[in-house]
Amino acid sequence: MADEPPPSSVAQQPAPVIAPGHTLATVTDSIAQIVLTENKARSRYWLYGFAASFALMMLFFYAIGVLLVRGIGIWGVNQPVAWGFAIINFVWWIGIGHAGTLISAVLLLLRQDWRTSINRFAEAMTLFAVACAGMFPIFHVGRPWLAYWLFPYPNTMSIWPNFRSPLVFDVFAVSTYALVSLMFWYVGLVPDMATLRDRAKSKTARMVYGMAALGWRGSTKHWHNYETAYLLLAGLATPLVVSVHTIVSYDFALSVVPGWHATIFPPYFVAGAIYAGFAMVVTLGLPVRYFFKLHDFITDRHLQNMAKVMLATGLVVGYGYLTEIFMAWYSASPAEEYMVVNRVSGPYAPAFWALIVCNVIIPQALWSHRVRSSPFWLFMVALAINIGMWLERFVIVVISLSRDYMPSAWGEYVPTFYDWATYIGTIGLFFTLLFLFIRFLPMISIFEVRTLLPDAQASPDDDDEEEDGA
Amino acid sequence: MTKGYDIFWRSLEQREGNAVDEPAAAATPDSWVDAPVGRRRFLQLLGGTVAIESIAACTRQPPEKIIPYVKAPEDVLPGRPLFYATALPIAAVVEPVLVETHMGRPTKVEGNPDHPMSRGATSAFAQAEVLELYDPDRSQAVLHNAEVSSWASFASAIQVATLGQRSVKGRGLRIVTGDTTSPTLIAQLRALLSEMPDARWHIHDPSRAQPTTGTAEPMQLGYRFDRADVILSLDADFLGGPGPVGAIGDFAARRRPPPGQSKVAKMSRLYAAHSAPTLTASMADHRAGMRSAEIEHLARLIAAKLIDLPANEAIADGAVMPSTVEQRWIDAVAGDLRAAGRHALVIAGTEQPPVVHRLAHAMNAHLGGAGHTVVYRKPIRASQTQPAGTLAELTADLNAGKVQLLVILGSNPVYSSPADLKFTEALRKAPLRVHLGRYVDETGELCHWHVPQTHSFEAWSDGRSHDGTVSLIQPLIEPLFAGKSAHELLGAMSNQPDRSGYDIVRAHHQAQLDGSPFELRWRRILHDGFVRGSEHPPLTPPPLQQQPWPAAKPVPTTGLELVFRNDPTVLDGRYANNAWLQELPKPLSKLTWDNALWLSHTDATERGLTNGQIVQISVGERKLEAAVWIMPGQPAGSLTLHLGYGRRGGGQVAAGRGFDAYQLRTTKHLHVQHGVELRPTNKTVALASAQMHGSMEGRDLVRSGCASAYQNDPQLFTRHEHKRLSLYPPHEYSGYSWGMTIDLSSCVGCSACVVACQSENNIPVVGKDEVLVGREMHWIRIDRYFGGEPDEPETLFQPVPCMHCDNAPCEVVCPVQATTHHDEGLNDMVYNRCVGTKYCSNNCPYKVRRYNFFGYSVEAIAPLDPTQPSMRLLHNPDVTVRTYGVMEKCTYCVQRINYGRVDAKRDNRRIRDGDVMTACQAACPAQAISFGDLNDPQSEVSQRKSEPRNYGILAELNTEPRTTYLARLTNPNEDLAPDDCDDQGGHGHG
Repeated sequence: MADEPPPSSVAQQPAPVIAPGHTLATVTDSIAQIVLTENKARSRYWLYGFAASFALMMLFFYAIGVLLVRGIGIWGVNQPVAWGFAIINFVWWIGIGHAGTLISAVLLLLRQDWRTSINRFAEAMTLFAVACAGMFPIFHVGRPWLAYWLFPYPNTMSIWPNFRSPLVFDVFAVSTYALVSLMFWYVGLVPDMATLRDRAKSKTARMVYGMAALGWRGSTKHWHNYETAYLLLAGLATPLVVSVHTIVSYDFALSVVPGWHATIFPPYFVAGAIYAGFAMVVTLGLPVRYFFKLHDFITDRHLQNMAKVMLATGLVVGYGYLTEIFMAWYSASPAEEYMVVNRVSGPYAPAFWALIVCNVIIPQALWSHRVRSSPFWLFMVALAINIGMWLERFVIVVISLSRDYMPSAWGEYVPTFYDWATYIGTIGLFFTLLFLFIRFLPMISIFEVRTLLPDAQASPDDDDEEEDGA
Repeated sequence: MTKGYDIFWRSLEQREGNAVDEPAAAATPDSWVDAPVGRRRFLQLLGGTVAIESIAACTRQPPEKIIPYVKAPEDVLPGRPLFYATALPIAAVVEPVLVETHMGRPTKVEGNPDHPMSRGATSAFAQAEVLELYDPDRSQAVLHNAEVSSWASFASAIQVATLGQRSVKGRGLRIVTGDTTSPTLIAQLRALLSEMPDARWHIHDPSRAQPTTGTAEPMQLGYRFDRADVILSLDADFLGGPGPVGAIGDFAARRRPPPGQSKVAKMSRLYAAHSAPTLTASMADHRAGMRSAEIEHLARLIAAKLIDLPANEAIADGAVMPSTVEQRWIDAVAGDLRAAGRHALVIAGTEQPPVVHRLAHAMNAHLGGAGHTVVYRKPIRASQTQPAGTLAELTADLNAGKVQLLVILGSNPVYSSPADLKFTEALRKAPLRVHLGRYVDETGELCHWHVPQTHSFEAWSDGRSHDGTVSLIQPLIEPLFAGKSAHELLGAMSNQPDRSGYDIVRAHHQAQLDGSPFELRWRRILHDGFVRGSEHPPLTPPPLQQQPWPAAKPVPTTGLELVFRNDPTVLDGRYANNAWLQELPKPLSKLTWDNALWLSHTDATERGLTNGQIVQISVGERKLEAAVWIMPGQPAGSLTLHLGYGRRGGGQVAAGRGFDAYQLRTTKHLHVQHGVELRPTNKTVALASAQMHGSMEGRDLVRSGCASAYQNDPQLFTRHEHKRLSLYPPHEYSGYSWGMTIDLSSCVGCSACVVACQSENNIPVVGKDEVLVGREMHWIRIDRYFGGEPDEPETLFQPVPCMHCDNAPCEVVCPVQATTHHDEGLNDMVYNRCVGTKYCSNNCPYKVRRYNFFGYSVEAIAPLDPTQPSMRLLHNPDVTVRTYGVMEKCTYCVQRINYGRVDAKRDNRRIRDGDVMTACQAACPAQAISFGDLNDPQSEVSQRKSEPRNYGILAELNTEPRTTYLARLTNPNEDLAPDDCDDQGGHGHG
């Protein structure tokens, strides 16, 4: 680690996770004011951003409307590539949704206090990403109005779903993940809702935040119950970090398609998801930090740590690519061998090489301390990883399907306008939700950040009642 | 689409329906129809609509009574189909068939098993005739100058016109027909011509404009492949095209061992010299591609080795060895033919000049095959037996103004006449032109009168099959679109406008069959579908022509040569509006919906041409732009352009597809044009090929090897297979266990199974745009692989239906159990349960699942609109019509298994072997498909599976496929391919 910060800081303490000079009051003020006070310039930027996202979301609704009327023939899917953008985007969004749970739950359990200023944001991102992801499995089926048949419910047809199918695993995995993430996020929000309720000027805001605060008064009992619930949820959510993407990878790993049928998929998908998730937190966090001037809360220490996580998971993902190539050779199966040849030199080879550049080569820049601490370069690297992870799913889904066992059945997939519109439309949906979140909820956990302050560190248990009474 | 096509009414009813609508429309003020609708107006209309709709919703529907039969018609059991024996004229010669009808609707064609020319098999064309019947584009009313008229007005008009002609002995009357074998039609025309001796009958048959047989007198040649040990094809494609389907069966039977055995008794050997890749060349043990003009030289060189009479020394004069052939090839072929003696067979192709046919005849005569492997019979086609004129003579008469009344019966010369005749301009000179046709086609549009022609399922007629046997064509349904048959139209010209086709045909046969109780015989004929014993007896082989052999014509050296051939699916254009045949991949190029200029790999590389690029073909001053298709197996220096495309009318399916080869055809050069130049352009078109990739990539999907090597080593094809283990116990089948084998030694790639499956299983047509994105729906496809050099590849065919795996990968991954395992081994597809995740398709290693990306069966995606009323009659009621968003695939014709089960239960027995035949199996002319109960060790399929050459494709995935393949056996000549049979056999072709 030649690029580590000067020895002085290493020797004593890690860089601070909150800028010096903050008090309990300044923390509360600076975060809550984003929601509660009007700022002309900021509102204008917000409005532009929101309008653009909203327009893209309308594109999504349009694309889905056409889809429901005409059928999924409007997409580029065909025989043999029966899964296209829909599944690529599903896996991509689910992957992005991974960082939230990881940051919130796992890092909480590991007592990584630097997580506090980014966890709320990451959790919100998780929820919205899962919401976007959830659109695809529903709408990619030919008859979406019957998609509920995938749920095991007592019915007059006297038939269960097929529990051997990875798609049924998916239903459980993704819905559990969405529910637990939602609960975790909401429970974490309750104390801050109370803060907003107490500080809100308008009656409506007081009403709404008051309802959302669920009668939080900040009593010791509340805090005790809260801490227990939060810890339990964290414990519950932790296995999900591993399980969701493991199960999503089963969609591929449990099939017979060359390029899908690989035991490396579960760990490699989980690593890929964390990789993608952190990249997305960085991609979104840096502009937010810039526009809302949150440098005091999202500090260089955060960026450093997230960069290191990306670097580590990126290497795991790179290892996964190597393993796939090795296994293709080791299997001595012509179809598996051809799968690799097709990836590196087939009609979609540019996608594969772009993936290698984005996911393996560019992130090596993160070895450099200078890159890790430069918001601009970090943003660029994270952006490359986001693209790379999307390409990875493209490579897995489309390239594998386009040329599998029967050369006579080989074919190519070309995305149509509606493929792109649906994809870009979900990005609109994501940002619409994100803009609403930024505008109406505290994007950084106020009460948790307060615990990071030096005076909170001194006697954390005493402070709680005092502050919240205030 | 033709301009003004939509001014025609589809039916009188529709016209009347519109006529009722018109005053209502006129009564409403135009203002609110045309004016932009304002807010108030919109709300008013909305309110009014809602009110009217609610009232309408409350109205009782008029009661419709369902009246049961008081006295049920004999044989009609609701829900059970009836089969009628009839025949279908396919390019003049009839194919004997049985037609399945459901409550009066013909839905499916089967071969007539009693008829020697069918033996239960059919061609793809016969299968597609069902769609032809219900085609909504068929003309639906008598038209007079493009206005709807009636049969009665036409009948009086034609009677007046004919009366005028009678007074001048028919001097101005000309009748044009396609080629025909119908005894009744020929008799009617002859009668008409005898009444009016100066009238003339002209036959225009674009595909077989010069039927040549190499004999002095025209003959009908029949090939006995069951007797032939060594066959030499001189550019003849006896396996493709509308030939006798029974012959394919004879040929295939000599290429495979009997069920359960590993030895082919006496396998035939096929040599093919070809100027384009054909099915015959693909099946050949040795093939030699060369320019069409070089075939004559090759034939002469071979003949010279066989015929050693001094008088025939001139045979090889001027003959030059084709550059692609070595002397030892000729030696080997000649040696083999000579050794086979009277078991040798030489066949010359339709596209070859008369001298090649003469050479073939001479070789057969010298070897002794004439009369043994070649059977000579009296000709059957009117073009050979009747003193009919040609189209060129007609054009001359038209231009000379000699023609007053021109009657065109079921022919389309405006489209298909040779370009140099300029027939269209000549046609306009006839003052009264009458057209009888199924479509208002290019010719119909230019005629004063157009009469819709009945389909063969709608009218009485007759015809002869290849051996001369007379078949009766009996109607199965009332004419859907008020059509009339050629017999009825000729009846009107003979002052009998109301005489029914039945009376005409029956009267003709009554006259032929005198001497026996006619009614009984007539009923017998109708039951059988043909007149037993009416085949033409074999004649003694005609003597060789005595005139000396002309010197060989030198092969032109400048430019390329262009060969015109019948299209493999739409023939000369007569099936151009048949969407099933349009979407049926051409067996070799796998193109759908278009033809293209076939070009050799060498020529394409030389000119830098790519697939789909438009080139300008120039032949003299005639020019045509056509898209290029680089065709492996196409000889360098030779081009092939198939007929039947570039239609300018004749229905929505036909019009505007592909490139019109007729524009380059001239009277003198109907089959081959020389000195052809290509000029590349920058334009390209997308050509929809159903198979993108032609190489097998070294995988052992099609296993092929020498019969001799297989005999010595029965494990030749299965040695590399391992014992496969599973964690799960195997399925147990206590009742039946259905299975299939497909014999790759027999399959010639003709594609009849594909259309049969489409017809049986209500498979929709998707259209070119959907084929382009890879969404064709055929449940059985024929994979075609190339191996070896692109200019002379080995071509392998492999029909691929669902494998019905015992460990089916699709069953595991379906989240809603829409595809499940049947207790008789079938892999069932439950359409109602399918939500459409398509996961099963991804996980199917064989990629046999088909998905309704759009509602192909319920909305108009393709040019063929399935919502048209007539199209609803097309469906097989035993098979569900699938809606959009649903997966489908081959079911092993489960509905047929169920019929077999019902019959067996009724008789309290097990289903017998042969009771259940899948549609593909029944149609297959080569009997390549066996299907039956694997629990019965005596069943044919069990026997077949016990052969050592039985293997499952991708069985290494542990899928345990129930459809297995019998490796392809070849019989190469050791002199030509000494090492071919020594290696480890068939693995790794391609």
